Amino acid sequence: MAVASPLPASPSPGEKPPAAERLQALGGLAQRTKPTALAREQILPVVPELASLFPGRGVRRGSTVAIAAGTGATSLALAFLAGPSSAGSWCAAVGLPSLGLVAAAEAGIDLARLALVAWPGNEWAAVAAAFVDSLDVVVVQPPGSVKAGDARRLSARARERRAVLVPLGDWPQADVRLEVTRSRWEGLGAGHGHLTRRRLEVMSGGRGEAAGSRRARLWLPRS
Amino acid sequence: MSGVRTLVVWCPDWPVVAAGFDGTTVPVAVLFANRVVACSAAARAEGVKRGLRRREAQSRCPEVVVLERDPARDARAFEPAVAAVEALTPGVEILRPGMCALPTLGPSRYFGGDEALAHKVAQQVEPFAPDARAGIADGPFAATLAARRGLLVDPGQSPAFLAPFPVSALLGAVDRPELVDLLRRLGLRTLGALAALPATDVLARFGTEGALAHRLARGLDERPVAARVPPPDLAVAHEIDPPADRVDTAAFAAKALADRLDRELTERGLACTRIVIEAETEHGETLSRVWRHEGPLTPAAMAERMRWQLDGWLNGSAGVGQPTAGLTLLRLIPDEVVSGGGRQNGFWGGAAESDERAGRALARVQGMLGPDAVTTAVITGARSPAEQVGRVPWGEPRAEPRSGRTTTAERPAWPGRVPAPAPAIVPPVPLQAEVVDADGHPVAVTGRGLLPAEPRRVSVEGDRWADIEVWAGPWPIDERWWDPPAHRRRARFQLVTSTGAAYLAVLEGRRWWIEAIYD
Repeated sequence: MAVASPLPASPSPGEKPPAAERLQALGGLAQRTKPTALAREQILPVVPELASLFPGRGVRRGSTVAIAAGTGATSLALAFLAGPSSAGSWCAAVGLPSLGLVAAAEAGIDLARLALVAWPGNEWAAVAAAFVDSLDVVVVQPPGSVKAGDARRLSARARERRAVLVPLGDWPQADVRLEVTRSRWEGLGAGHGHLTRRRLEVMSGGRGEAAGSRRARLWLPRS
Repeated sequence: MSGVRTLVVWCPDWPVVAAGFDGTTVPVAVLFANRVVACSAAARAEGVKRGLRRREAQSRCPEVVVLERDPARDARAFEPAVAAVEALTPGVEILRPGMCALPTLGPSRYFGGDEALAHKVAQQVEPFAPDARAGIADGPFAATLAARRGLLVDPGQSPAFLAPFPVSALLGAVDRPELVDLLRRLGLRTLGALAALPATDVLARFGTEGALAHRLARGLDERPVAARVPPPDLAVAHEIDPPADRVDTAAFAAKALADRLDRELTERGLACTRIVIEAETEHGETLSRVWRHEGPLTPAAMAERMRWQLDGWLNGSAGVGQPTAGLTLLRLIPDEVVSGGGRQNGFWGGAAESDERAGRALARVQGMLGPDAVTTAVITGARSPAEQVGRVPWGEPRAEPRSGRTTTAERPAWPGRVPAPAPAIVPPVPLQAEVVDADGHPVAVTGRGLLPAEPRRVSVEGDRWADIEVWAGPWPIDERWWDPPAHRRRARFQLVTSTGAAYLAVLEGRRWWIEAIYD
C-alpha cells in the first residue's frame, strides 16, 4: 500500500481550497492509494439481475456454485455463465449433450470461448479437473450421483486454481447453492401466441459468507 | 561436348488426364485466359486445337467439356507418377507437370540397355498416365522431342535427329517466342540450318538467348540435368530401450524428439502446423494420431501434445486401439509445414495468454477422449433448434470469425424458424411423446394444417400425464418438398404444462416428438 504520486493540486500553505475541491481531491487520493490487488478482482462478474444472490455482487474465484436440478435450472446456468463469458472468460460445459447452444448464444455467452465435452463418460471428473486447471468457469453435469470424495477433490482443485466450478444437481461441497423456486412463462395463450419471456425466482444459500438465503427475481431472456 | 544421355517421359494431354478424364473418348478442352492450352484426343479429332478461343472450340465441338487450367492439380496428379519412376532410379527431374527427365547412364546399365529402361519406365508410369511415352536422346531437349515420337535416338545421333525439325520446336525451350519468329523470317527454318552457323556469330547477332537456341539445335545441353533429390525425410524417430510403459519415461523421449524436429524445421525455415504422432509397441502394434494446430507449433507445444497423446494411449480408458505392451519407438512426422515466421503473440498479452492456457487444457482433454470429443459450437442457419448448431472439434477452424459473440441480429434469417427465445435443452435425439385431447384421443393435424381437437394432456417418454395449460400451433413446416427422399412435413407446437414445463413439440406422420425443452 503506497501513495503512487503526490496529489495533483497540492494546496499551497496559507490559502485553503474550497471544501468541494478538497473532497474531490480526497477521492483521487483514495484511488491512488488502493492496494494493487483488491479482493474485488478475485471476483468474476455476473449479470446484474443475479448479482444480489452473491455476497460480493459477483462470484468469487475458487468457489463452487451448485445449481439445483429442476425446471429452469439450465436457463439459470446459462444466465450465470453469461456474466463471466461476456467479460472474456473461458467456460466449459462437461456432460451436457442436450445444452441448447442457440439459447447459450442468446443469453450472451461467447460460443468461441465455450468448450463442450458432451460425452465425457466415466472420465467426467478427470475432464472437469483438466478444465478447472486452466479455464475460468466449468459447468459439469455428473452422470448419476456424485461420490463425496470426487466432489471434495474437484472443489478443492477449483479453489486452488481460482476457477469457478458449477455442478448441476446435488453437490456436497458447494459454497453457494442456487435454486429456481418459481418459473412462469409468458406469451402463450390457448392456441395462440408464442413463448416470449419468463419470470424466474431464484433463491441462493450456502456456507461461509454466502450463508443465509437471498432471493432474486429476473426476466429471461434478459432484455 | 554432347548432351547427357537423358530419358524423358511424356504424358500427352496431361491437364486432361490430371482432371480425371479419359481423353480418347471424352472431348475435353483446358482453357487459360479464354484460349485452349490443352485438349483431349477426342476433341482434337473434332478440330479443337491449342490457341482457339472458347467459343471457337465450342462451335467446332459443341459437346466439349471445358476446364480451367489448374497447374496445382496437374502437379498433384503427376506426383504419384514421379514417385513410381523414382522407385526405379533416383535423380528424377520434373520438367513440368506431365513430363519428367532422368539421366540414363546408371539405370540403363542396371536394367540392361536403353530400350529395356524405356520399357520399364513406361510400365511404371502406365497406371497413372495410360498414354505415356518415353524417349531417349543426348540432352533433355532432344530427348523431349524423341519422347513425343516415342523414339530412342542412338548416342551421338542427336544433332542429326534434330536437324530436320522446324525452329518452332524451340518454342517450349527458349523464353522468347519472337526469336523463333525472327529466325524463320531470316530463312533459318530448321534446327539443322541454325546449327550450321558458327556459334560466335549467333551469339553476336542474337545474344544469349540465341546462343542457347544454337546449343540446343546442336544437340548440346542447355544445362546438365540437376538431380532432384528426394525431399528430405523430416520425420524424426526415437527408440526407447527398455520399452516405456509409463508416461513420464516416454514423455522424456518425446521432449527430445520435439526439440530435434524443431531444429530440423528451423534449419529449413519451416514451421509445422500439423504433426503425426506415431508409436510402436513391443507387440508390433502401431498407434498413430494426427494433431492439428491453428498456428505453427512450438517445440514445447509439440512435446506437450506428445505427452498428452502418450497419456491418452497409456492411461486412457478408451479400450479400442490401446497398446498391449510398452512403447519401443516414438516417431514425430510433420504432416503440414508452412514457412516459419515465428509466432506472433497478442499485443496486450492478456487475452492471448488465457486463450493459450485454455487451448492447452482443451487439447489435453482431446488427448484423453479423442479429438472429436472437445468441441466449440457455431450457429448456422436452419429451422429446427438442433440443426442450428454445428459443433467444431477443437483445433479445426471455426467457420465464423472468432471475435464477437453471435447475437440474434447477426444470425441468418430463416423464415419458419422457431421464434426466440431459443430452448435451453435440445436433446440430441427427439424424445417420444404422446399428446391427447379432452377425450383421450391422440391429437392430429389435418392435411390443410388444421387442428380438429385441442391438445389437453402430454406424456413425455412414457412419463406421467401432465395437463397442458397453454399452447400454440400448429406451425406447419414443409421442408425440401422438391426432393422426395428428404421431404418432411411437420407441424410444430409450443406446450406449457401445469407443472411449468414448456416444450417444443413436433407432430410428424401422426407421431409426437419433443424436439426441445424450454428449461
